[in-house]
Amino acid sequence: MSTSLIFLIVLIVGLAAYFAGRARATASSNGKLSVLHSLPGYHGVYVAIWAVLPAAAVLALWLLVSPFFVESAVRNSLPEDVRNQGGATTELMLGQVMQVASGLKLLNAEELGAVTSGSSSLRDALAAKGVPMANAGEAYMVTSAQKYNTMQDASRWMMSAVVLIIAIAGAVFAVRGINAPFRARNRVERVMLGALLLASSIAILTTVGIVGSMLSEAIRFFQSVSPSTFFFGTVWDPRFSAAGSGGTEGQFGLLPLLAGTLYIAFVAMLFAVPVGLFAAIYMAEYAKPAVRGIAKPLLEILAGIPTIVYGFFALVTVGPFLRDMSAQLNGLVTGNYVNFIQAQSVLTAGLVMGIMLIPFVSSLSDDIITQVPRSLRDGSLGLGATRSETIKRVILPAALPGIVGALLLTASRAVGETMIVVLAAGVAARMQLNPFEAMTTVTVKIVNQLTGDLEFNSPQTLVAFALGITLFAITLCLNIYALYIVRKYREQYE
Amino acid sequence: MTDMTSSVQSTFQRPAQARRDIGIKKRYAAERRFKAYGVTAILIGLFFLFVLLWTVVSKGYTAFQQTAITLPIEFSEQIIDPKNERAANPAKLMSANYPLLVRDALVKALAIDPNNKALVKKATDMVSPSARTQLRDLVVANPAIIGTTADVALLAEGNIDSANKGQIDLTVAEANRKVNDQQLGWMKTLTESGAMAKQFNTGLFTYGASSRPEAAGIGVAALGSFYMMLIVLVLALPIGVCASIYLEEFAPKNRLTDLIEVNINNLAAVPSIVYGLLGLSIFINFAGMPRSAALVGGLVLTLMTLPTIIIATRAALKAVPPSIRAAALGLGASKMQTIFHHVLPLAMPGVLTGTIIGLAHALGETAPLLLIGMVAFVVDYPGTPMDPSTALPVQIYMWANEAERAFVERTSGAIMVLLIFLVVMNLGAILLRRRFERRW
Repeated sequence: MSTSLIFLIVLIVGLAAYFAGRARATASSNGKLSVLHSLPGYHGVYVAIWAVLPAAAVLALWLLVSPFFVESAVRNSLPEDVRNQGGATTELMLGQVMQVASGLKLLNAEELGAVTSGSSSLRDALAAKGVPMANAGEAYMVTSAQKYNTMQDASRWMMSAVVLIIAIAGAVFAVRGINAPFRARNRVERVMLGALLLASSIAILTTVGIVGSMLSEAIRFFQSVSPSTFFFGTVWDPRFSAAGSGGTEGQFGLLPLLAGTLYIAFVAMLFAVPVGLFAAIYMAEYAKPAVRGIAKPLLEILAGIPTIVYGFFALVTVGPFLRDMSAQLNGLVTGNYVNFIQAQSVLTAGLVMGIMLIPFVSSLSDDIITQVPRSLRDGSLGLGATRSETIKRVILPAALPGIVGALLLTASRAVGETMIVVLAAGVAARMQLNPFEAMTTVTVKIVNQLTGDLEFNSPQTLVAFALGITLFAITLCLNIYALYIVRKYREQYE
Repeated sequence: MTDMTSSVQSTFQRPAQARRDIGIKKRYAAERRFKAYGVTAILIGLFFLFVLLWTVVSKGYTAFQQTAITLPIEFSEQIIDPKNERAANPAKLMSANYPLLVRDALVKALAIDPNNKALVKKATDMVSPSARTQLRDLVVANPAIIGTTADVALLAEGNIDSANKGQIDLTVAEANRKVNDQQLGWMKTLTESGAMAKQFNTGLFTYGASSRPEAAGIGVAALGSFYMMLIVLVLALPIGVCASIYLEEFAPKNRLTDLIEVNINNLAAVPSIVYGLLGLSIFINFAGMPRSAALVGGLVLTLMTLPTIIIATRAALKAVPPSIRAAALGLGASKMQTIFHHVLPLAMPGVLTGTIIGLAHALGETAPLLLIGMVAFVVDYPGTPMDPSTALPVQIYMWANEAERAFVERTSGAIMVLLIFLVVMNLGAILLRRRFERRW
């Protein structure tokens, strides 16, 4: 019986249990529903919960645990010499046995007889059914595989039986407990509360998962490359001369990537902050409601456009435009038509990322500026200050902490942005200060190291997790500090 | 007090022409300048929005047309099945020499000497190599066609298509051009005879990945994206709503709740690529789920979307006035009944708006999908979410890396499709809000 079928049957039992519980509750009220503590539906749900939840829990547990039991039993059935060959070989053999086992299921009785008696080759028989084998296989594999299959089947049957018995037993137990004063609703609601709590703990689990998974992979990376060479290395060159072959020190240097990340984010902020801030000020303080009603949603469209589209925009429009423009400028000044801005450059990536960030800066600052109390504004205007003086001398200083928080949130987005830099910043990891040259970022390297064929144990791929946790730490600090400031600010004026 | 009155009096007594210059002109000029900065900033933002959309549309609108060459193809039995084995061995039809049929039809239509190999090669290069599968599918679907002649609209090769749309610079020397003069001449003849024409590019919406631009489409990728959106909707909406109900209505005010709160706000700002690393390490390496599967993509996007949905749902729950709760509780409803029967239904428009916005965000997300192996060359439609598949934005990323002119056009076309989806979703969210939003 397949797992989904068992689950379906359990659900059907649960449905039946629901109706049974309802009927029993109605019957026990003797036609006068008001004597029941809870509505009949709650009694039904109570019984259904008893039918489904324990059974589902056992099912899940069985599915998790039984493979270990079966595997260890099969491992013990392997011949002595195979078991003594050491971990990796045994695992390999075990894998082959599994392969054979899945193949044996496809054979009919006659072919199976031929294979077990040794009269036909295991490899050919399985190949005919579309199960490839690395080598000819050995005789003990067939017995082990058969053992595996029988145990697997037995485990399945036992699981089906146990789960169904638990489902029915749960339903019967619950139905028998139902009577008029039974507080079914309270019990059901307690289960619901548990489910709600479980759902909200997923947020915590996600964070734990992020930190735990990246940390464990990063630690594996730091076993082959020392943390100091990673964090303070100035050369990023993971591809040539694999780690462990000598002279690998400094190959996984984080600094050039970090420099590129921060440089590009800086250029982006340099563009986005003035534009976004002035747009926010204008919309909050000057714009008529009609203008605001049009301009604000239009600017926010920029925030809704996927970053891959910005990347494409940088790749086919902004990059070539800057390159050709620089060639023309150079030609006009020196007569030598050579471009001094590369198509993929810090400037290209920063500019396009800046465009993407404009709506973040403007809508966050807009919210904060409008939160500044009316009285401050009125006081300043009443003393004869012009609007711009009020903004510069009163509103902005009052809103400054909030705006700083908003800018930090924006900066964290700039640091973690991926698709724009993948397409527009280039892949050359170097430390330099010319914004017209290509530089690369942490996110670009994470993508580069993890796309394509992976071998999961090499430092070349594991370094991505070390980069990831660095990125996570940077953005986490920025975010928490920014959220703290924004919250503090909001409390101040509430 | 007396000082003040005297100073006011002195101001009034002063003659008009002696009025002190207090820099009012300068201050007003500063005011105008400041206002102009604001207008400029907004105009800069709108200018870039316009340029961005204009770039995509101007480069992409041609992708919705595709040049086709309609030729009378003679399904000659001698070429397809010379030994008449198809009844016994249907596989023969799969491996027949279909390009030869195209060649013969071209030679006849263009009146080329069949022995002039170079010329024939130039002619057959005008038709996409995908013609082979196209004819094969025709014959396999309907073997009775063998021995007859039928007009078949074959896809033109990518460069020919670009030339036909006027995208190839004909002033470049012939040797450096992808389309030679001979082919241009033939194109003219074929167009005049009506054999070559631009038609609506249905292939863009139905085909999968291909190294040939004319045979590449977003159909397979769109299905992958659809699966992922389905998974996100099915998982993120209930989990998000349950979590927000707990946090907003039940959670006691303590350290743990505070921690969850900070956590959710922080998760909403974690770079999306980090979720990709999480998916790779937990779902693929630890749980052993298949790479490139829409299931894993859906789970990763679910985790990414959850904070958005939770934040929106909590705002919606908060907006329901306490009088509703008090009324329900007063009539004897339990807290759970109050929330599920009264508060949640009233908050539903806000919840759905947040969900749609979260989904739209997830639909355009690329970076985490790159890490879980969805950058795959997927030709066939994925039957289930467990099969290898790719997503719309990932397909755009892969095409953006292709050099050919025809791919740039298709990338822009695919972006237009993606943006249309996003616009429809966001408009839906706005309409939902307008239609059902209640101000208390």
